[in-house]
Amino acid sequence: MSNASSLDQHAADQHGYGASHPSGILRWLTTTNHKEIGSMYLIFALIMFFVGGAMILAVRAELFQPGLQLMQPEFFNQLIGVHALVMIFAALMPAATGFANWQIPLMIGAPDMALPRINNWGFWLLPPAATLLTLPFILALFGIGDGAVATGWTLYAPLSVQGGMGVDFAIFAIHILGISSILGSINIIVTIFNLRAPGMTMMKLPLFCWGWLITAFLLIATIPVLAGAVTMLLTDRHFGTNFFNAAGGGDPILFQHLFWFFGHPEVYILLLPVWGLMPHVISTFSRKAVYGYKAQVYAFIAIGVLGVIVWAHHFLTAGLPVPALLYFMYSTMAISLPLAVLFFCWIATMWRGAMSFETPMLFALGFIVLFGMAGLTGLVLADVAADAQYHHSYFVVAHFHYALFAGGIMGVMTGVYFWLPKWTGHMVDEKLGKLHFWLTVISFNLTFMPQFFLGLAGMPRRIPDYALQFAEFNAISTVGAFILGFSQLIFAYVVWKCIRGGEKASDKVWEGTEGLEWDLPSPPPLHSWEIQPVIK
Amino acid sequence: METTLPSTAPQPRDHQRLALKLLMIVAAAFAFGFALVPLYDVLCAATGFNGKTRAGMGPGGINVPGAVASPPSRIDLTRVVTVEFTGTVMPGLPWEMRPLTNTLDLHPGELHQAKFLVHNRSSETIVGQAVPSVSPGHAAQHFEKLDCFCFKQQTLAPGETREMPLTFIVKPEIDADIRTVTLAYAFFNVGAQKKPLKERE
Repeated sequence: MSNASSLDQHAADQHGYGASHPSGILRWLTTTNHKEIGSMYLIFALIMFFVGGAMILAVRAELFQPGLQLMQPEFFNQLIGVHALVMIFAALMPAATGFANWQIPLMIGAPDMALPRINNWGFWLLPPAATLLTLPFILALFGIGDGAVATGWTLYAPLSVQGGMGVDFAIFAIHILGISSILGSINIIVTIFNLRAPGMTMMKLPLFCWGWLITAFLLIATIPVLAGAVTMLLTDRHFGTNFFNAAGGGDPILFQHLFWFFGHPEVYILLLPVWGLMPHVISTFSRKAVYGYKAQVYAFIAIGVLGVIVWAHHFLTAGLPVPALLYFMYSTMAISLPLAVLFFCWIATMWRGAMSFETPMLFALGFIVLFGMAGLTGLVLADVAADAQYHHSYFVVAHFHYALFAGGIMGVMTGVYFWLPKWTGHMVDEKLGKLHFWLTVISFNLTFMPQFFLGLAGMPRRIPDYALQFAEFNAISTVGAFILGFSQLIFAYVVWKCIRGGEKASDKVWEGTEGLEWDLPSPPPLHSWEIQPVIK
Repeated sequence: METTLPSTAPQPRDHQRLALKLLMIVAAAFAFGFALVPLYDVLCAATGFNGKTRAGMGPGGINVPGAVASPPSRIDLTRVVTVEFTGTVMPGLPWEMRPLTNTLDLHPGELHQAKFLVHNRSSETIVGQAVPSVSPGHAAQHFEKLDCFCFKQQTLAPGETREMPLTFIVKPEIDADIRTVTLAYAFFNVGAQKKPLKERE
């Protein structure tokens, strides 16, 4: 056996592993350790966050003024679609999976994920998929093809049936990303079901794990439907089938049904891990136990179930019959009930607590306020009568960025600031963290608040040029977007700085924390909970 | 690490068993995605959602034997329904089409025929397919086509003009509130549908 490092030697001696411990790139290619894989997921997500962000800054630059200044409409269409696919599939989802890899074994007292080799494969499918998604941009520079997928991320037929080879690249990228997500989900479910420490019943499971459990079930139930839909798209394009081709007896609306059968649960897939993490952060910095644990678990389950039966509210204007419109309107609005339960539990956890406002708590509070706005504007869009006006307008764009940036990305940042000291053993630079928070929150609202007004005034989404009366709000939004984008460099620097060094973190890290992961040293050894703790 | 007991962790075999069960859910969900294709068709045909007419087409736009409805037993002379006809030629098909009858007043239950005039203004032989839609949507299930040029693909020689007939019955069960039914056709170019937009007209 090679003795590449004393740590590896130590691990091998202590745990009797017979396998070799390669160093360098091979170590990362072959690792089956949940902490290493979790770190790779998070770093990959951060890189893709900047890739997707650069794309949308180009879009915002074009929208700074009316008229076409920087790019042709075809390229604009490619940027908006790939921005969304990258942010959803290559940034937010891998970030959440990175959290799961790092935290779930630590939180439930498991030595590792249940299926470590599948875990490795799940991660290493991501870089090829991200390459497939963005490669057509580079190929187009060399005159091959006509660029990336230009249909928007929803890939609606018949446009996607007629589109160039970018659509095929996107279809294969989605297949691979889907396989990766399904592998990750199966691993998480098996880990949570089989590897909980003795005495940890399901109703003692940390809420973060509960949130991820529901996400994992949603993923394995809905990603295959998306895989089926894009497979139909592929055969329609190349193999003479007519699933979505009206001339051959198919139906383009069918694609919308199939896509959103996946697409709406996807919103909860992105948000449930964040909702699971919030109570941990809020309870820590309020120095109080989580309020309403059971209520939150049942709310997660209710949202998971409701999430798969409301999909058609994404195309209420497609000509659905009135009974269907009413059903989808009421069922969509019903989701606000379990979501309100979560909001009240978060607030009640803070109620009369001894609150302090470290960076993770600031992000959590920002999340609650801004995500609340996403929920309220979502109720407006769910209303069939109002949606007829707001559908496909900038109101929708603003709404889902309040949900997915303020809800998703800021939620992930909450988790990073909260857990990074545990992972690295160093405290985060609080000054820079707070600067990052305030810049993010202010520039986020500067970017997206005007888009509500643009939408109310009738500006449609997905257009590179617009009428003159929209110029001022678009200029404000672009300025906000550039501040928001460049503020994220502070985040990258803070993370890098924290990895490199800093004030030593204690095992507990934060004063008010509770849970198994805080019993381990900071940073935890490569192999932790080799002997499972017992929960009394 | 405080209290510890000998590890009672489940064996890899337990993991595999659970993972296989979850994989079966994945496979079922994939199959469900494809099952939704006929399921939506059944739902639309049964309820008339999406303006789908009853004596409908099978896959590929071909009339399915046995799908043709039986003639209605009675004619409702007490009321009159106006049927409007309209036709659109989709982009990529250099044809023109117009109904020879714009509107028709009829009693529910009567058998009627209407014709469309379709002209190929290009110098090529082109195959087209008409796709019907009925508004309001909930009238669709009572609008039965006994024969229709939309049941199969139509081939027009260069410059050819043809009358295309349609035989139909508005069934007496149609809602009393409905006084006007619109039948709209969209003609698609079967060959050009899958060509990239740029290569099309």
